[in-house]
Amino acid sequence: MEAVSDTSTGELHAQDEQQYLTFMMSGEEYGVDILAVQEIRGWEESTAIPNSPRYIKGVINLRGTIVPNMDLRLRFGLKEVEYSPVTVVIILKFDTDNGERVMGIVVDAVSDVYTISAADTRKTPELSEDHNSDFIRGLVNVNEKMVILLDVGELIKMHPEVLNMPNLNTKEE
Amino acid sequence: MSVDLQQFHQVFFEESFEGLDIMESQLIDIDVDDVDEETVNTIFRAAHSIKGGAGTFGFMNVSEFTHVVETLLDEIRSGQRVLLRAHIDIFLQSVDCLREMLESLQAGAEIEEERPAALKKEFEQFLAQPAAGVSDEAAAGTAGEGTVDAAADSASDSSSDSSSDSSSGKAAEGGVAQVVGWQVTMRPDANMLRWGNEPFRMFRELAEVVGEDVLTVEADISQIPSFGDLDPESCHLNWTLNVAKGVDKKAIETVFEWVEDDCEFDYQPIMSTAPVAPADHSAEPPAAESKGEDGQTAEAFTASTPENTPQTSTDTVEKPAEPATKKAPAAKPAAVKKTAGKGSENSSIRVSIDKVDSLINMVGELVITQSMLGQLGNDFDISRLGKLLEGLSQLEQNTRELQESVMKIRMMPISFAFSRFPRLVRDLGSKLSKTVNLVTLGENTELDKTVMEKIGDPLVHLVRNSLDHGLETTEERVAKGKQAEGTITLNAYHQGGNIVIEVSDDGAGLNESRILEKAIQNGLIPENNHLTPEEIHHLIFLPGFSTADAVSDISGRGVGMDVVRKNINALNGTIEVRSEREVGSTFIIRLPLTLAILDGQLVRVCNETYIFPLVSIVESIQVNRRDLSHVTGSQYLMQLRDEYIPIIRLDHVFSLRSEDEQPDDIMLVVVEGDNEKIGLVVDDLLGQQQVVIKSLEQNYQRVNGISGATILGDGTVALIIDISGIGKTVDSPQHRERIPSSNQAA
Repeated sequence: MEAVSDTSTGELHAQDEQQYLTFMMSGEEYGVDILAVQEIRGWEESTAIPNSPRYIKGVINLRGTIVPNMDLRLRFGLKEVEYSPVTVVIILKFDTDNGERVMGIVVDAVSDVYTISAADTRKTPELSEDHNSDFIRGLVNVNEKMVILLDVGELIKMHPEVLNMPNLNTKEE
Repeated sequence: MSVDLQQFHQVFFEESFEGLDIMESQLIDIDVDDVDEETVNTIFRAAHSIKGGAGTFGFMNVSEFTHVVETLLDEIRSGQRVLLRAHIDIFLQSVDCLREMLESLQAGAEIEEERPAALKKEFEQFLAQPAAGVSDEAAAGTAGEGTVDAAADSASDSSSDSSSDSSSGKAAEGGVAQVVGWQVTMRPDANMLRWGNEPFRMFRELAEVVGEDVLTVEADISQIPSFGDLDPESCHLNWTLNVAKGVDKKAIETVFEWVEDDCEFDYQPIMSTAPVAPADHSAEPPAAESKGEDGQTAEAFTASTPENTPQTSTDTVEKPAEPATKKAPAAKPAAVKKTAGKGSENSSIRVSIDKVDSLINMVGELVITQSMLGQLGNDFDISRLGKLLEGLSQLEQNTRELQESVMKIRMMPISFAFSRFPRLVRDLGSKLSKTVNLVTLGENTELDKTVMEKIGDPLVHLVRNSLDHGLETTEERVAKGKQAEGTITLNAYHQGGNIVIEVSDDGAGLNESRILEKAIQNGLIPENNHLTPEEIHHLIFLPGFSTADAVSDISGRGVGMDVVRKNINALNGTIEVRSEREVGSTFIIRLPLTLAILDGQLVRVCNETYIFPLVSIVESIQVNRRDLSHVTGSQYLMQLRDEYIPIIRLDHVFSLRSEDEQPDDIMLVVVEGDNEKIGLVVDDLLGQQQVVIKSLEQNYQRVNGISGATILGDGTVALIIDISGIGKTVDSPQHRERIPSSNQAA
């Protein structure tokens, strides 16, 4: 969880540069806009919401606010793993049309903070019709490793048509 | 703009509305034959402060209008003029009118100018009449009566006439949609420049506000004197600004806020249908109109005005001669008010200083406790455990007290909701020619502000209903040997953590046979039923039910008691009716004290804890699985004494457990939501506690059957069950039919 910025990729305050918090999931490194990250917490038991999709792990009490937790592995159709002491929840905050939304995403481990310039970001190749690619803002190479940058707005957005189907929780994503 | 006057507007509006309320209630109380000087003074003072405030904030139309009202009041106050019934009527109308104007201002909309203009004319007529003198009184009275009606007529005519082409009227009705731009004529005072106002700077600012490409400015240089006479410090220019975009007039006005006293402004909306030439002038104050130089606009104006506005003196002379039969429509302003009222309204409450003081005291104590505990924690050893426990219990008490007093801040006496009824009853009573005495009791009962706001409309509906359908006409009452004057009672009191509001009348009571007939006719109930009187009374709460023989404009339009019930249920409240033939009927509304806190029953289902609102629980019973009868599919019913209630298994509804695992002994919580009893199967009953309701929707979304969430003592989240929502998972009408059939089968 170190907050050391990797300055090897460029200056901090350049216009087209953004800092990303990266985290690991199933061996891949993903990044989210650091300004959308409110805090990072350890995993704690949450209260299940009836008939919610499987990837919604439930709601937790975040200092008096009810915040839902989403398991990003399940959301992306990855294999489910047992939660361990290093399993973390990244609390994301994002402005939507209906005001500010707060949501936690459960990931394997937090990795690093990179400063990434927009010019280095590559578009996602249109590989599949998989709707998971909606969440991906772009790909970037940092120190010879690929980092997948996620679109927090898309991630946080609820898809009512999906969520209101109670059967979804039995279906594998 | 360095000082933002906007921030004080809200206070002004609140104070003005309060002032209007005072004026209204005093006007209703006033007795024409025995005028209490103090009452007139109170009315005068209220009007005066509205005028003053409006002037300060530059709401000139409000202050001008109030000025006329005030002038007449002043003459009455000083004894120059005798108060007439007609005066009270017109004062009441102007209260309505002012309220409308203020609401439009508050919503940032255009003020409708015709009504104030018409009323103003009348006031001027009253003022023009010879003052005082007993011999004149009768004549003045009749003349006054006539003009009131005429003005009411003209006011209602123009407001109902949608094609009425008053510019501001249109803007108020349809918003800015049809307005594609504004033509602003600015005629500055010659001294404007001396006071450091630079028009060019303002134009530039306007260009920034509306966009540079849509603003064109033309200067009128015709007033510039010859070079010899030219005073370089005077302003000789007039400007015409064309904004080719449908921006809010307010935005333009804001730019010129600082010079509005030094300049004459003339705002002409540019309509989408018409070419750039403005439609008319009728809404402009006479001063601007007399200056209206360009012939084009003047022509348009004369062509359209005469039938709409009593602008000329011949008009107003003619009007009283017309058969003015229509009384001032009391319902109409109310309807208009509704649409204009909502907007950028920032709700706020006034809190008495006592409450704030006690809050500060409590916070003080909390801080002391905190520092005491902090000290204790710094060098703690086990011998001081007693002290720690003591401190903790003190903290608990402080917190509880603090919570209570914070909640109290939201509480307001119910008189706020009741205060509108004297006027309503007076107006409706005279309209229906029923003499009605309104009795209000328990006005100091306190109620949460949110609840108060939402209970207003249902109460109005109930009172109207009682007046219209409940009370008989005076003749009928006399024939029945009752007092000629009907009584409507509003009563509020606390009962076991609830607020109870009763609306009762001493009228005819509910007509059971007619209700039954109507219900059968509308297919709401089968023909051969055996309903008890109470059940019949309850039918009036069903959707699509109206017993009114004729639809009046007071009630009976089909928006009926079901809406009232729905509104009250939305507040977690209940409504019931008690009625006795020829004695009267009483509607009893029960509401929770506040919406933020709920008395909850904690239950366990599988490993989850849920919360039931305690108010909806009828009883909890332990039953054996064999007592349940299985009807179609997964639907269960149970006979509970003489009724069958549908059983819902929460573990199934919430997909917590598969169908077949179920213990033989079942804990059943019987709840009532939407007047429908259902049994919910839970695994265990845990404790009862007050819970603070938190929104689940804010960060997640609505979940069927869940009304919200709360945080329990151990910091975990528990979900609150939405009883009527859960009930909807079983379709109720089908159940009604199923009950007899399953009865036969059993």
